[in-house]
Amino acid sequence: MAVTQVFGARVRRREDPRLIRGTATYTDDVTLPGLCYAAFVRSPHAHARILRVDTSRARSAPGVLGVFTAQDLEGKVNSIPCGWQVPNCDLKTPPHPPLARDKVRFVGDAVAVVVAESRAQAYDAAELVEVDYEVLPAVVDTEAALQSATLVHDDVPQNRVLLWSVKGGDFEAAAREPGVRVVRQRLVNQRLIPNAMETRAATAQYNPGTGELTLWVTSQNPHIARVILSGVLSFPEHKLRVIAPEVGGGFGSKIPVYPEEAVVAHLATRLARPVKWAETRRENYLSTIHGRDHITDAEIAVRPDGTVVGLRVRTLANFGAYLSTAAPAIPTILYGLVLSGPYRIPNIDCEVTGVFTNTTPTDAYRGAGRPEATYVLERMMDLAARELGMDPAEIRRRNLIPKDQFPYTVATGITYDSGDYARALDRALEILDYPKVRAEQAAARQQGRYLGIGLSTYVEICGAGPSKVVGATGFAGGLWESAVVRFSPTGKVTVFTGTSPHGQGEETTFAQIVSQELGVPLDDVEVLHGDTDSILMGWGTYGSRTTPVGGTAVYLAAQKVKEKAQRIAAHQLEVSVDDLVFENGRFHVRGAPDRGMTIQEVALQAYLAWNLPEGMEPGLEGQANWDPSNFVFPFGTHACVVEVDPETGQVRILRYVAVDDCGRVINPLIVDGQVHGGIVQGVAQALWEAARYDPAGNLLTGSMADYAVPKASWLPHLECDRTETPTPVNPLGVKGVGETGTIAATPCVVNAVMDALSPLGIRHLDMPLWPERVWQAIRQAKGGAA
Amino acid sequence: MIPATFEYVRARSVREAISLLQQHGGRAKLLAGGHSLLPLMKLRLSQPEMLIDLGPVDELRGIREEGGSLVIGALTTHDEVANSPLVRERVPLLAECASQIGDVQVRNRGTIGGNLAHADPAADYPAAVLALEAQMECEGPAGIRTVPASQWFVDLLTTALGPDEVLCRLRVPVQTLGQGWSYTKLPHPASGYSLLGVACLVTVDGGVCRDARVAVTGAGPKAVRLAKVEQALVGGRLDEAAVAEAARLASDGLEATDDLYASAEYKRHLAVVYTKRALLRAVERARG
Repeated sequence: MAVTQVFGARVRRREDPRLIRGTATYTDDVTLPGLCYAAFVRSPHAHARILRVDTSRARSAPGVLGVFTAQDLEGKVNSIPCGWQVPNCDLKTPPHPPLARDKVRFVGDAVAVVVAESRAQAYDAAELVEVDYEVLPAVVDTEAALQSATLVHDDVPQNRVLLWSVKGGDFEAAAREPGVRVVRQRLVNQRLIPNAMETRAATAQYNPGTGELTLWVTSQNPHIARVILSGVLSFPEHKLRVIAPEVGGGFGSKIPVYPEEAVVAHLATRLARPVKWAETRRENYLSTIHGRDHITDAEIAVRPDGTVVGLRVRTLANFGAYLSTAAPAIPTILYGLVLSGPYRIPNIDCEVTGVFTNTTPTDAYRGAGRPEATYVLERMMDLAARELGMDPAEIRRRNLIPKDQFPYTVATGITYDSGDYARALDRALEILDYPKVRAEQAAARQQGRYLGIGLSTYVEICGAGPSKVVGATGFAGGLWESAVVRFSPTGKVTVFTGTSPHGQGEETTFAQIVSQELGVPLDDVEVLHGDTDSILMGWGTYGSRTTPVGGTAVYLAAQKVKEKAQRIAAHQLEVSVDDLVFENGRFHVRGAPDRGMTIQEVALQAYLAWNLPEGMEPGLEGQANWDPSNFVFPFGTHACVVEVDPETGQVRILRYVAVDDCGRVINPLIVDGQVHGGIVQGVAQALWEAARYDPAGNLLTGSMADYAVPKASWLPHLECDRTETPTPVNPLGVKGVGETGTIAATPCVVNAVMDALSPLGIRHLDMPLWPERVWQAIRQAKGGAA
Repeated sequence: MIPATFEYVRARSVREAISLLQQHGGRAKLLAGGHSLLPLMKLRLSQPEMLIDLGPVDELRGIREEGGSLVIGALTTHDEVANSPLVRERVPLLAECASQIGDVQVRNRGTIGGNLAHADPAADYPAAVLALEAQMECEGPAGIRTVPASQWFVDLLTTALGPDEVLCRLRVPVQTLGQGWSYTKLPHPASGYSLLGVACLVTVDGGVCRDARVAVTGAGPKAVRLAKVEQALVGGRLDEAAVAEAARLASDGLEATDDLYASAEYKRHLAVVYTKRALLRAVERARG
């Protein structure tokens, strides 16, 4: 058979050669005539009043073109707005000035900006800006923030950002049911630094002739950046073009609109010269958002047979010093609504208190709320199992939503589309050979070795999403996607997408969708993204939405192209549309395969327009906007085996098994890559990564020499497998897969370590499971002797 | 991560480097692999006005055997030390230590001389050169002098190297038959430096320990020899119990500093564990 199945093939990523060979163009690679460079002067204090800023020495330094403070931007660059104002939670939205005006609120808060002829001159001159501070007490500790006499924002009492809750059923009543046991645990989900390989950057150019302002910026969502920046800069949106060229990873940290890019865009108009700013890694650690940072008191109510009847969660979430663009949604909607996971839990009660502190603002970080929720749930499932003396696999199986119950509405009000959760659990246990590893564990314990087995059964809610629903949650936008599929006269195809992939590989997967649908060679399809001038609208790449939402738009646009092409072919072949069969990129008359036209021949005819059906417009292009009816719900089970060295507390992962279900798979190679990366990031939270502040608010983990980003050699071979349950939500049957690994891996590893330590009576340790923490716990459990 | 302005000069000989150091006093810094200096400069924690690049100075390169010692040029990279057949055969402890420094990129650029002159308290080489009783050969305006490893490490980031001296080469006594060795470390997960590292060299004759040298790095401001452990080992048989018993003394009086990732208490404990592990490995090798 000549048909090449492109959809589902392990096609190598077309992005990679340029990324690997260094021929890709990132924001910092954009060079323009007359380019000058910006450097920001940042606060060394977590909380201080600005008494005086003296820029005179900096102004006279070599190469300096200007030095600007908050006063200079007054009325020119407005406060940075929050884009997700979650309702019914008493959300406080204090102003976020692009440069600190009267107070600095975290170490790294920008106070002034220097522009110079060279980057080095800008950084040299930035050191000459003299700022007199009156240092104020800093609020650093999340728990202390509510009681602190110090306020991060004077008009936000108790430093309380929000108080949000979701309730389904009646937890209290469930907990009182005879025989039900309530297991309690405090769980800390530590702060993380996203660490995209490319730090943030912005390059801006103003054309005084046309009045157009172009901003190249490290964004996951250039259209959103354009909308927000047109407001921040009071600049007409149609004169503002935002381009996200190659973007070197984001993990959520490049969703927000930040002060620096607004200031740089403004300076380009003010100086009438192109201006570039590129963050150093140190600045990245201080002023790009951080993630997670929750303290949770959780209670799980469980019957003696293992049936979970309720979950109550009280979470304190640290927002840092300002409200970042999507921040309010992360520990609320994207966390509380997800707490049922893959289980039937009839009674859920979640209350979240958000606080401001004098630390770097937090926002979405890979998984964004869902890893935090899954961590709480999966730790509590294990603790409940232990309380009952039940096998962790068994308690999970008992509570999973059965496959014949979909669509299923959980207690938090969300309706899951589809799933076969038990199948993924069974498959993971089968790959692991669960009875065998349990036997090995028992044997190892006899020898004084501490092996542990961890499980994590998850469901992710992603692919945002229905615009009506996200609008009701306070998101100041829609979350549909648009796409254009355009044939050129010579039969090549250009695809425009409103999503903005930055490492996820959709240039390849979208080309596969189009190649499959239109029967054109993969290499004849170009996929363009990341430019507000190239497409109607786009809401960006995050939340595992690019393929389920953006990919569906591409698919629908391709259908429109095919329909029009079929009408042209029918007209030229003088048959009715229904008499044509489309196969391998060629229309032919049913029963007469010799009578036909390739789609490329049709494309040429569409452009020549010599012989088109009456009333048809020339050209061959399809445009589609897709707004899904629901989110999508990938799921799976991860399992791992660890060994703890009781002498040092070191944890080694011996095996890691992942069974994920992301619906239909367009490119297994890319799905594997997403799963691998996600797992590593999730494992890293469990074992290595943690952002730490001292009591004065100085970031102690201020460089890659202090903050442990995982290395490939620290992980074993990842044993990945899949089940495929197509979603009915979109015609491709695809779900997101960018975050599943991160969501599943963290509790999987912690559960395994706690399982390893269970003979010592150790119930729970907070992350990261650094060797010393594990060793101290072992020592304590053994009665103080090392 | 943008260094302050500095001048850059390439020295063509050790003499020229010395004279540049004399001219510029404390404002100049020698540059070898740059893997310690450049990160400090990028953070502006170090702001030398001049960098004197030793790169072109060929007399600082090369590994050769001479009078019972290996002579290793200061510009020899960690990778060259780790993979040199001569080092692997004659001073395998040093090769084992070098192979555990940082990562491939660091080992390809970082040099043994730069590492020892910088004297990071958590660097790996210091423990190995202490155990091997290496000699540092320095050249200054007054000529060449030799400093034993035991006197080289003065304090945190401070060595016996004079302000206008260049560390030119190391003389490392070759290991002998019957000697077992090991370098064992727990790396810091972010930096790759030693959270704690132990180098040891034991000479076993007829099942009895004739000589033992044990040095630890990472715990405190500088690497040190563990004299009490050594004394406990010498003259005894090196079975597992004896080694464990001696290793217990590793934390005795050991100066250790708290840091974010590990407390002083934990580091002292690690010193005991890693001393035991390093010694057991060394004893195993001594047995052949």
